[in-house]
Amino acid sequence: MFGATLLLAMRQIRRHLLRSSLTTIGIIIGVAAVITMVTLGNGLTASIQKQIAALGSDVLIAFPQQTDDSRQPRPFKQDDVIAVREQLAGVKSVAGEVNKNIHAFHNGQSWNSKVEGVSNAFMDARGIGMDQGRRFTPAEEESGANVCIIGPKVLQEIFVADVSPLGEQMRLDDVSCTVIGVFASRAQGGNNQDDDNSVFMPLKNVQRRFTGADTIGYIVISYDPAYSGTVIQQSLIDLLRERHRLQPGEPNDFNIIDSAALNETVGSVVARLTVAVAAIAGISLLVGGVGIMNIMLVSVTERTREIGIRLAIGALAREVRLQFLTEAVVLCCFGGLIGILLAFGLSFGLAKAIDVPFVFSLPVNVISFLFSALMGVIFGYYPARRASRLDPIEALRHE
Amino acid sequence: MTGEPLIDLKGITKTYGQGTAAFQALKGIDLSIAHGEFGAIMGASGSGKSTMMNILGCLDTPTSGIYSFKGVEVQALTKDQRSLLRRKYLGFVFQGFNLLARTSALENVELPLLYRGEKKAVRREAAMKALDLVGLGPWADHTPAELSGGQQQRVAIARALVTEPEVLLADEPTGNLDSERSIEIMELLTELNRDGITILLVTHEPDMAAYARTIVHFRDGLIERTERGHRSGAAVTA
Repeated sequence: MFGATLLLAMRQIRRHLLRSSLTTIGIIIGVAAVITMVTLGNGLTASIQKQIAALGSDVLIAFPQQTDDSRQPRPFKQDDVIAVREQLAGVKSVAGEVNKNIHAFHNGQSWNSKVEGVSNAFMDARGIGMDQGRRFTPAEEESGANVCIIGPKVLQEIFVADVSPLGEQMRLDDVSCTVIGVFASRAQGGNNQDDDNSVFMPLKNVQRRFTGADTIGYIVISYDPAYSGTVIQQSLIDLLRERHRLQPGEPNDFNIIDSAALNETVGSVVARLTVAVAAIAGISLLVGGVGIMNIMLVSVTERTREIGIRLAIGALAREVRLQFLTEAVVLCCFGGLIGILLAFGLSFGLAKAIDVPFVFSLPVNVISFLFSALMGVIFGYYPARRASRLDPIEALRHE
Repeated sequence: MTGEPLIDLKGITKTYGQGTAAFQALKGIDLSIAHGEFGAIMGASGSGKSTMMNILGCLDTPTSGIYSFKGVEVQALTKDQRSLLRRKYLGFVFQGFNLLARTSALENVELPLLYRGEKKAVRREAAMKALDLVGLGPWADHTPAELSGGQQQRVAIARALVTEPEVLLADEPTGNLDSERSIEIMELLTELNRDGITILLVTHEPDMAAYARTIVHFRDGLIERTERGHRSGAAVTA
């Protein structure tokens, strides 16, 4: 019986092709909007998570922060780094970083870049590997030698292709240095391009020659994953408060980012935003459903006589109901399918446009499709019931 | 065939509305119709003949009285049971043809079989057979709009016949046709009756009623008189 009902529904839709297509537009837009929003949200989440992952895993980053009473934040110094390294349990690597924007010169070319005062420990903590050459020697770190490790972007921009940069001299503003290595790209999937446009020099050298102060920008701490990030974070807060001589009740004049927690937080924020936006898009799906109901009611009125004929020749009330319900569901399913195709193109294009990865999610597509079918059931039921309750004699008399 | 009549009505009444607005369309009808009968129900409009037709066709139920169809008491059946009864034993032909618009003759005729759950090949074959029987085989692919009134009524008759019903109920089947087409339709019905189908005709035209073997005259919700002994086909214009 269901096959016959489906056949009748298809005939009806084919006979009113224009009306059917116009009716389904609401569902098409609704489904397409929901899928597109969720797909873009997933892409955005993936993109942000990649950026956070570039911080390194199991990493805490501490940086000075202005407190409410508008006192200047107290910058960190190398003593703080040493104190953390010596006093905190579960810490693997601790390092300070300070940076400054500079012009890099080589081979007669100039390039806007930045110099980062770092150490081998920094590269350990951030999980930065080497592409070519070597890292700093302890003596170079200790004395602040004029040696540098360049980023892949700098290599690409001002160094001659296919010629080893190792041993070459380059100039950062008015400081000369010898290239001893190239660090591995930190850029992932087109993001974090900035991280590759950088030149590493020993921290001491950058403090002396570029920033002119013994302060550092931020401290990066990598910890043993066997330890709890929150416990280490709390110990770090206690230690830094003590070193900054903050009284109980005084706010922290620094902030700590936990990469894992950050990842989780941002992930959940984006996920919630995605749900919210998808829900708003879902409203258009609802509106589409109401459109279906409207047209089905018109259809029932228009086809009253037809319903009368069907009842007279022996159709059961539930068969008439099923027929109209099937029509509504089939319309919605068509709308859903077209919506999915539209969403595929739309989210692919938009993902390209706003530079996030295109993350196709089968469940989202399947659920949206089923939801559109559900719309057909919900909004098709009332008109279908109305059709099935018609009195055959009255219906046959209907003009 | 048993001696039991196909249709047996006892004390059928039908009242529409309630209280002072109540209108009694049928005031107590006793009627018996045998297998193979060709009966005509005649009467002016308002005589109750259409109400009678709706009750005979199991589209409506009497307010009181007993309607037994093949020994089954119809007034006790549910709406769906009456639908199944119509599906199985009854065929309808209406004054306004009542074909589905924008639907080919073949698909119109197939419709009752669709509700019977017949397979496509079976539906096609039976529908073509019915269309051939009414002489419209070559018009199977035409929609009602492309057919004349007489042809449309033939399609409607084919649709009523396709399920091989025991009774064909025809409500003013020639009401929308000119006299020539009317005669064609009545001759077709007469032929079908000869092949064994019980036919009940509702009409207000004596010319059409004359094709029937038994004519029941309705007046003011009662049977005024019954003429028996007409020979089917006797009224063919000589």
